[in-house]
Amino acid sequence: MGAWLHDPLTWSDAVIIFLWGAVFLFVVLGFVTYAIYFERKVIGWMQLRIGPNRVGPLGLLQTVADIFKLLIKEDTIPRKADRLLFVLAPILCYVPAFTVLAVIPYTEKLYFADLNVGLLYYAALSGISTLAIVLGGWASNNKYALLGGMRSAAQMISYEVPLVISVVGVILLSGSLNLRDIVDAQAGGWFWDWNFLPQIIGFVVFIIAAVSELNRTPFDLPEAESELVAGYHVEYSGFRFAFFMLSEYVYVYAIAALTTVLFLGGWHAPAPFLDFVPGIVWFLLKFAFIVFFLFWIRATFPRIRVDQLMGLGWKVLLPVSLLNVFLTAGYLELFVK
Amino acid sequence: MTKRLVRFDGGDGVDNYVNQYVVVAIFILLGILLPAAALTVGRLLRPHKPNDPKQTTYESGNEPVGEGQVRFNIRYYIFALMFVIFDVETVFLYPWAVAYNKLGLFVLVEMFIFAAMLFIGLLYAWKKKVLKWNSV
Repeated sequence: MGAWLHDPLTWSDAVIIFLWGAVFLFVVLGFVTYAIYFERKVIGWMQLRIGPNRVGPLGLLQTVADIFKLLIKEDTIPRKADRLLFVLAPILCYVPAFTVLAVIPYTEKLYFADLNVGLLYYAALSGISTLAIVLGGWASNNKYALLGGMRSAAQMISYEVPLVISVVGVILLSGSLNLRDIVDAQAGGWFWDWNFLPQIIGFVVFIIAAVSELNRTPFDLPEAESELVAGYHVEYSGFRFAFFMLSEYVYVYAIAALTTVLFLGGWHAPAPFLDFVPGIVWFLLKFAFIVFFLFWIRATFPRIRVDQLMGLGWKVLLPVSLLNVFLTAGYLELFVK
Repeated sequence: MTKRLVRFDGGDGVDNYVNQYVVVAIFILLGILLPAAALTVGRLLRPHKPNDPKQTTYESGNEPVGEGQVRFNIRYYIFALMFVIFDVETVFLYPWAVAYNKLGLFVLVEMFIFAAMLFIGLLYAWKKKVLKWNSV
């Protein structure tokens, strides 16, 4: 990708990009299908259960069956709901989730859009999904949905601030918002050149805030099934519900890829003598580890209380991420310049 | 750590710059196409037999009481205000961080003063128990 983008674009080029994008869309859908299967299996094993094993060999078709079931399920819209917003919300949630993936670079050659403001683009677009969640909660005209939507929005905006500030250290080190530049700045051969060690504070804040942004355990309060039934999507059924779920897992993909790019050196090998392995393999290994990590903590941690959640975001993560920015800037000022 | 020449700034040449956003536009288009296609196909496959009980608002099986769009706690609003303040701070932090290597000690002090003032605001909110979830 990208080589012919230096010339004026013709219609046939645009069609080729569109087809590659469509292929990528199916890759993402395949990822989501098997991430759900993998999550259920992993959590099953961690809880000494077997996990899905009935549909297809080893239960591999379980998620496919689930998706098909959602597709042929009757779609009910409550009489009191605001129809237009109700229909719009799942789409508005999904579109930014997929669009943020355009900037992720997988290897030096394999990427879609090479924006010079890549990281800002990611932060800006992923914020739109919060809007969709509030919209879905409000349009349902349901008390659970409204409270779940509001709670979700409060949580997401509270953790968005430490999330975007924690990556400022990475931007300082690489001097660019372009994700390929950021990976390039981590080249050096060894894994200690990757950002996660020089930016350990930022890395920890980023991971915690990212898990919270994903609404995953231990921060899955918006969906706290024991208190809010299902939160903002309680009134959704069939494929509209599927799009909320889909965007959640597309964000898992996005966050795992972004963590790999920002902190784990992207496609670089952990040691110079391992350079013969193609970059994409390293990328996928790191990516898969982050995805596994997200499922792992879901099986490990209990859900935290809402007051602890807000306290952690504003009183701990925000000051720590600000401190990290000035520590990094001070270090660059004293030792590098 | 050595200072690096920015290699891929994504903006070498106007065509390249514009074309990257064409890719983004294509992604947005694909993002809209999938829900549109899936929901249209679903319309052909799924049954459609609405009746009154199905379309009532869900309230754990009880008859819904009162309005669905109830009054909710003011605190959500205060958190939204705090978010706006600190999000604006990040809008300033990002370009500052990109250009930091080309700027001097002076901008570090400047940004420190700016962040410190907002941090005092955070401390004030903290003291006023805005950050405490169950204070009201």
